[in-house]
Amino acid sequence: MRESFRTFLQRLAALFRRRRLENDLDDEFRSHLEMSIDLNLRKGMTPADARREALRSFGGLEQTKELYREQRGLPMIETTLQDLRFGLRMLRRTPGFSILAILCLTLGIGANAAVFSWVEGILFRPYPAVTHQEQLLALAGTARGESGHTAISWPDFADLQRNCTLFDAFFVSKIMGTTLSIGDRAEVTTGSIVSANYFDALGVHPILGRGFEPGEDAGRNAHPVTVVSYQLWKGRFKGDPQIIGKTQRLNNVVHTIVGFTPEGFYGTFVGWAMQFWVPASMEEIFESGGYKLEDRGARWIEAYVRLKPGVTHQQAQQEISAVAKRLEADYPDTNRGRGIMLWPLWQTPFNNAGTLLPTLEIMLAVVVFVLLIACANVGNLLLVRSFARRHEMTVRLAIGAGRGRLVKQLFTEGLILSALGAVGGLLTAHWCRHALVLLFPARGGVAMHLPGEIDWRVLALSAGVCLITTLVLGLVPAFQTRKIDLAGALKSDSVGVVGGGGRAWVRSGLVVIQVSLSFVLLVGAGLLLQSLQRIRTTSPGFSTHGVLDTAVNLVSAGYDAPRAQTFQDELLDRVKALPGVESATFARMTPLSYGSYSSTPVAVDGYQPPPEEQPIVEYNEVGPDYFTTLGIPLVSGRQFTRADDERAALVAVVNETMAAKYWPGRNPIGERVQVKGRWMRVVGMAKDSKYQSVRETPKPFFYVPLRQNFSRGAGLYIRTPLSPETMTSALMREVHALDGNLALYEVITLQEQVDRSTSPQMVAVTLVGILGGLALLLAAIGLYGVMSYAVSQGTRELGLRMALGAGASNLLRLVLSRGLALTAGGVALGAAVALGLTRLLGSLLYKVSPRDPLAFGSAFVVMTIAALVACFLPAWRATRTDPARALRD
Amino acid sequence: MPSPKSEVLQGTLDLLVLKTLATMGPMHGFGIALRIQQLSKDLLQLNQGTLYPALLRHEQRGWITSKWGISENNRKAKFYSLTRAGRKQLEEEAESWDRMSTMINRVLKAT
Repeated sequence: MRESFRTFLQRLAALFRRRRLENDLDDEFRSHLEMSIDLNLRKGMTPADARREALRSFGGLEQTKELYREQRGLPMIETTLQDLRFGLRMLRRTPGFSILAILCLTLGIGANAAVFSWVEGILFRPYPAVTHQEQLLALAGTARGESGHTAISWPDFADLQRNCTLFDAFFVSKIMGTTLSIGDRAEVTTGSIVSANYFDALGVHPILGRGFEPGEDAGRNAHPVTVVSYQLWKGRFKGDPQIIGKTQRLNNVVHTIVGFTPEGFYGTFVGWAMQFWVPASMEEIFESGGYKLEDRGARWIEAYVRLKPGVTHQQAQQEISAVAKRLEADYPDTNRGRGIMLWPLWQTPFNNAGTLLPTLEIMLAVVVFVLLIACANVGNLLLVRSFARRHEMTVRLAIGAGRGRLVKQLFTEGLILSALGAVGGLLTAHWCRHALVLLFPARGGVAMHLPGEIDWRVLALSAGVCLITTLVLGLVPAFQTRKIDLAGALKSDSVGVVGGGGRAWVRSGLVVIQVSLSFVLLVGAGLLLQSLQRIRTTSPGFSTHGVLDTAVNLVSAGYDAPRAQTFQDELLDRVKALPGVESATFARMTPLSYGSYSSTPVAVDGYQPPPEEQPIVEYNEVGPDYFTTLGIPLVSGRQFTRADDERAALVAVVNETMAAKYWPGRNPIGERVQVKGRWMRVVGMAKDSKYQSVRETPKPFFYVPLRQNFSRGAGLYIRTPLSPETMTSALMREVHALDGNLALYEVITLQEQVDRSTSPQMVAVTLVGILGGLALLLAAIGLYGVMSYAVSQGTRELGLRMALGAGASNLLRLVLSRGLALTAGGVALGAAVALGLTRLLGSLLYKVSPRDPLAFGSAFVVMTIAALVACFLPAWRATRTDPARALRD
Repeated sequence: MPSPKSEVLQGTLDLLVLKTLATMGPMHGFGIALRIQQLSKDLLQLNQGTLYPALLRHEQRGWITSKWGISENNRKAKFYSLTRAGRKQLEEEAESWDRMSTMINRVLKAT
């Protein structure tokens, strides 16, 4: 054992001393022969005989040397090194080929690595500083009869925490925003309301100060402490080393800074970087809707769990479901029909992981397509080269190289190409790491955070891709050497342009595949583009043009409710008086924005809900003229006026779907509805509109007057033909006239709001579009390569045709028709594949059939144009054939 | 080419080389070849060259070491000498050779 290891080491060492050892070997053998000759001379032989006898008794000199070398080094490695050296030399000799091939592979592998890194960084390990993310699951509620998720209430959360045994931790992280004023700068900042065990459960420890202590998440407004992020400390607090114990106003409540987090920790909300954290006890300060820690009906938190090691998702879910069942039985008023569910992190329903999941899934498929196209391209290039190298291969076979050895050589060359491509690809991926965030529109000055993560898993996957690529690339020419027959190899055979000749079918096949793959991508891009257009042109049920949306942050400025009401009234009067303003109003929630509407169980006279159903309905708190300002038509009744204030009778406006559900066949006007224990009179019925998402189906919804359900955090809506830019300065003036310390949020149109809500579709379209374009380009290059090679090989035939009277236009047609025939084959194949695959776009498609003829038609047109462009240059070159020369050569 | 003389088995050659070095002290390859041929009275047909891969194998295993030196008639030559590990190896191989030949003899005489 030790000896064989020793032998291996010696052999390995020999690899690095080859030249010296080779000299030694020569010297030793020479001295042997000389001594042998000396001896023979002394025996009386003639010098010639002495030499012959010495060589004879030594045995074959070169064979012995070869045996010796095999014993000395590691022949496997040596031939590989040889192959590598030779391969590199071959690549250097044909720089055009090499650069094109490596570029294709860089694009192919780079696209894969980039998408892998996004999947890794956004879906699988989204929280880089957090330990053992594989044990984390997302926790959210479900409501019977409704799809999707709901938030959960604090008492339910506490009960889970108390009654479950399979978990290391339950922790809460609820995203919220505030305006942070430090010094003279005010900025919108995102933060999280968390349970006290948050940092411990994540395994993230503040680098200075402390996290939250047990109990700090209990008691109404009892613990005004905050932990700030490294970025915030570094930036806004200028790296102040004395920061611990200092105070900061957050939503006008003085908080003590107790710690800051390590660099690279961005909280636990995919898509956004959190800047500060407060314990749940301070929830009322940041959340609307009052104190909720003791209200089981108030569902507002988003949570995660950490499983005990070895516990499976399924076991955990069983335990949670059991507890949820018990809660349902114990608290039927609030929990009837309510479940609690665990999601893997990559399917987290309440952050951007869920929104990006379908896009990234599609992207994974798309980049595989792009890689295949790139491989086909490089395969084609290699094939062309293998024709050119047929003589070399033949000679090597003739002087005794084994076919296995040749194949190894070809694989090594493939490996060099794909390894260089992989390096380029990883660099590309590294540059594209943060690119995803660029595709999302900026919002209100808060930066989105969607980093790709290039860790060993991504590297391993990329290496795997690279190896597969190598196999594919090496296979093509290796397949070709199989067919070399020594005797016939020196006969020159030129490939005809029309028939294609014997081996050209491989290359044509590759081009057909390329064309078909890029056709599929074009169809996909077309479908997504149409969906996006449909989404954008679908009426959300309110005016998107001519309505502006902004807000004034009264909460963080420390306004109490009466002062805020006065301010809102005064501001409305001033805004309405501005030139160009038709109407203006306040409302708590902007349609299609991130955030949740208030919701309530409703009771209606004469309506008996099915036993399993809890009639929870969402509503919005809106001001006078809300319906006029947003352009939501009223079917009957009236909208709210200033008279609907806290002293007046409680009223509500319902939408058509709600009316149809609770008062079927009747006019709801004048009916009563009970909301959070208070009876309200229905005074109007509005047309249905979109509330949370453009893609949602009509659902029951109602409105209550803002004055009767007051919220300080209300948005301001203005109907005016003026642009946001023009309005901004005027608005700012009016706000500052009332209070110089108030900050105004950005002013955007409601169309902008709609566009932001559809950004996942936008991102999918952009990415598929970019990659589809790339695929088209690669396919066109492939087609161009095949056609120009065919033309260059078919010079003799072209010359002959010319000599026999074919005109330039005949030749042009000849070449173009062959190129178009390949394209047609590819398109037909691609169409068949696309018909099967586009269904997978699933949730990304909106009001578009996966077999939409327009998408298929435009993909066909684009493909044909690209093919014509790609074939035109070779065709034109064919017409320039000089018949005399072609025939002479 | 069929030969009337015995072909050398690899294991035998290893043993012969080690034994030669043990009795004669440091020697160069040519010397070892001559010595083996003399001792076997030219009955062993040996391509002298095949000695060298065997020597290299021994050296890689640490049984012998080599050093450049000057031969008796003033030629530069590589001299091989036995190491302690080589000596031990020789003893083991000689022993197993004995056992083997005794056994074979016994089998041959038994019939």
